Amino acid sequence: MNPETRAGIPRALVVWFPDWPIVAAQLAEEIPERVPSVLLEKGLVSVCSAEARAAGVVRRLRVREAQSRCPDLLVVHADPARDAREFEPVVVALEAALPGVQILRPGLCALRARGAARYYGSEENAVGAALEAAARLGLEARAGIADSVFAAEQAARWTTELRPLLIVPEGASARFLAELPVRTLGEPRLTSLLLRLGLSTLGSLAALPPSDVRARFGTEGLMAHARARGQDPRAVVPRVAPVPLDRTADFEPGLDRVDQIAFALRPTAEAFVEGLRVQGLACTSLRVHLLDDHGRRSERVWGHPHHFGTGDVVDRVRWQLQSEGSPAPSRRGTRPGAAASAGPSWRSTGETLGAPIVQVRLSPEAVDLLGRRGQTLFGGVEERLDHGLRRLQTMLGHGSVLLSVPGGGRLLTERSVLVPWGEDAPAGTAARADRPWPGTIPEPLPSTVFPEPLPVQLLDQEFRPLHVGTRGDLGAPPVWFVPGPKAARRTVRSWAGPWLLRQRWWDAEASQRAERFQILDGENEAWLLLGEGGRWWAEARYD
Amino acid sequence: MPLSLSSVAADPSAGELHALQERIHAMQGRRNRQGFFPVLPRFSGLFPGGIRGGAAYSLDVPLSVAMALLAGPSANGEWCGAAGIPDFGAEAAAGFGVDLERFVLVPDPGPDWLRVVSALADVLPVLLVRPGGRVTPGEAARLGSRLRERGGTLLVLGSWPQSEASLRVRDSRWEGLGEGHGHLRRHRVELELSRRGHVRTAAVDLGELDGPTPAGASRPLRTIPGGGRPALVEVPHES
Repeated sequence: MNPETRAGIPRALVVWFPDWPIVAAQLAEEIPERVPSVLLEKGLVSVCSAEARAAGVVRRLRVREAQSRCPDLLVVHADPARDAREFEPVVVALEAALPGVQILRPGLCALRARGAARYYGSEENAVGAALEAAARLGLEARAGIADSVFAAEQAARWTTELRPLLIVPEGASARFLAELPVRTLGEPRLTSLLLRLGLSTLGSLAALPPSDVRARFGTEGLMAHARARGQDPRAVVPRVAPVPLDRTADFEPGLDRVDQIAFALRPTAEAFVEGLRVQGLACTSLRVHLLDDHGRRSERVWGHPHHFGTGDVVDRVRWQLQSEGSPAPSRRGTRPGAAASAGPSWRSTGETLGAPIVQVRLSPEAVDLLGRRGQTLFGGVEERLDHGLRRLQTMLGHGSVLLSVPGGGRLLTERSVLVPWGEDAPAGTAARADRPWPGTIPEPLPSTVFPEPLPVQLLDQEFRPLHVGTRGDLGAPPVWFVPGPKAARRTVRSWAGPWLLRQRWWDAEASQRAERFQILDGENEAWLLLGEGGRWWAEARYD
Repeated sequence: MPLSLSSVAADPSAGELHALQERIHAMQGRRNRQGFFPVLPRFSGLFPGGIRGGAAYSLDVPLSVAMALLAGPSANGEWCGAAGIPDFGAEAAAGFGVDLERFVLVPDPGPDWLRVVSALADVLPVLLVRPGGRVTPGEAARLGSRLRERGGTLLVLGSWPQSEASLRVRDSRWEGLGEGHGHLRRHRVELELSRRGHVRTAAVDLGELDGPTPAGASRPLRTIPGGGRPALVEVPHES
């Protein structure tokens, strides 16, 4: 690799999509378009939308500072996977216009300019074709052509919204780059050194003899030197287009019954599993995208203990439809949570969805080699178990067969996390469980833990609800206990408390102030009670 | 069908053959033929050989006693499960020695609960069930034959038509809670097992279950803030 030779370096065309991470988040419908929004990385603003920039938000600002400059700012977190995923269709569209695309990073790609220029007649036309391909997708793109990938990238960054392309004539790249500051090299350590040595522009770096640069800055410096002279030794290496593993089913007209969709999806699911199998792959984690008639998208990632077969894929889509769709139109709008958690409704498979589904897309989120996911010849005990439990899941619904995982928290219901069979526990569960959680109740723990606390009454001698003062002081001891709305009154034989529960006072929604009592009533039943302002619930029963 | 291997039983490799036979049974889905599941040492007075595979037991006991019964097979590496118990306190079960990584919960088996229970009994060696409705003797007999085929055990919280034995509580006493001080520490229950007319009784202190650990159960119990020892509580069960 000799940076002095010029002949080996073809003209490069770079297409740049400004603020790509923000655009990707908009394409993924995580944030609406045309609102001030920023992308956060390590607590600092790393990309901001044009609207946010207009409000004075710049890169490397803290969130608080950015929000004070622009109060209605939307914040999204950086997600490289999302950036890459949303860039894929863009690259496919570009490849249709100009072959041989190299993705430098999501939002930035390079092409060999010479062939395209010959095909389209001139470099302007070639760039025009690339920009047109982007415009057809509704995206704003900028492009630059120069003698090296680095120079072309800088040219693309020098464009403006009104003049989205910049062509640096052949042989003029070094002159174009000369005025640019050294930080455009994108190597912070080297840049800082160069600045301290008084080399502030690429031109001043390029003017140094290569042998001196090598002696002082090493290989890294030599590469930077070559780039500064417009002789980027990196050639454009077109990507090998990946074999598409995604499968999409379109329904025209849209289908609004779960069983219809499941039936119509079966060939697509078969093709999906077969497409992976041909590649020697097995899907262990599946992403299902649903698109309905109203343009709403829903996305969910499903896990699998082994790998997805056709039936498993169809099941996951069905469960997702059932959890998304509102089972009965009359129940919509009354309580958003109620519709989703409506208990027995998912058992019938013929329910109607809120809006017809027009597209289902299946994409593998994680794959493994098929050979490593094989089954033993006879199927061991665990495989039979897995098979049986999955059949039960198909029958009853995804969230019906559960494993309990220790979780963290002070309330008993928080302390066991229920995970559907075949899924992994939510991230961070084990870490939460390992924390000390002062204030948890002493063992033995109650064996009956009510999923929803049971309203009860705890009364003093005069049948008034027992009140606990803010400092945990008790006016009168508990004497009577009523276990439920219609139950008969019982005496309190012995009791302990109040044990104060004060948590998350900093968070208005999650904060909790409660008092706990352990009581043994006249019927020899022991209870764990939670009280708040004179109202009492049974959290659990010792039995 | 397993081959008759009795003609070679005198061979020195008979033990090996037996082991192979066991494996064939396991692969055919017939585990633990006429086997017994071990119980915690506290219950050895009631179940000298353990709980029998292929049988149903009806339990008229608090949930904690049922959990302690499950702890024996679970600590021995068997998969266990609970069906129809939405308020199952998994953390308390872990305190008795139930291995939650091998414990399946089906809180809501729905209206067709008996079908769900038999599907579960097919794959889980030990299953705890709170019945969701009445069971006719015919249904119980069908499920019973499936249990015998698979060698699994059904522990029913409630009555069951053709049960192997029934366990009930004669007396229960809580200790440790005072008038505004202390906390529940120990739970002594007096249990009575009636099996075809024979009655055995045993006093079990559910707080001492963590004492001698059964074979295979090396999980340490969690340390307890406040120094209480795992004990259990008894309350009259519902229904």
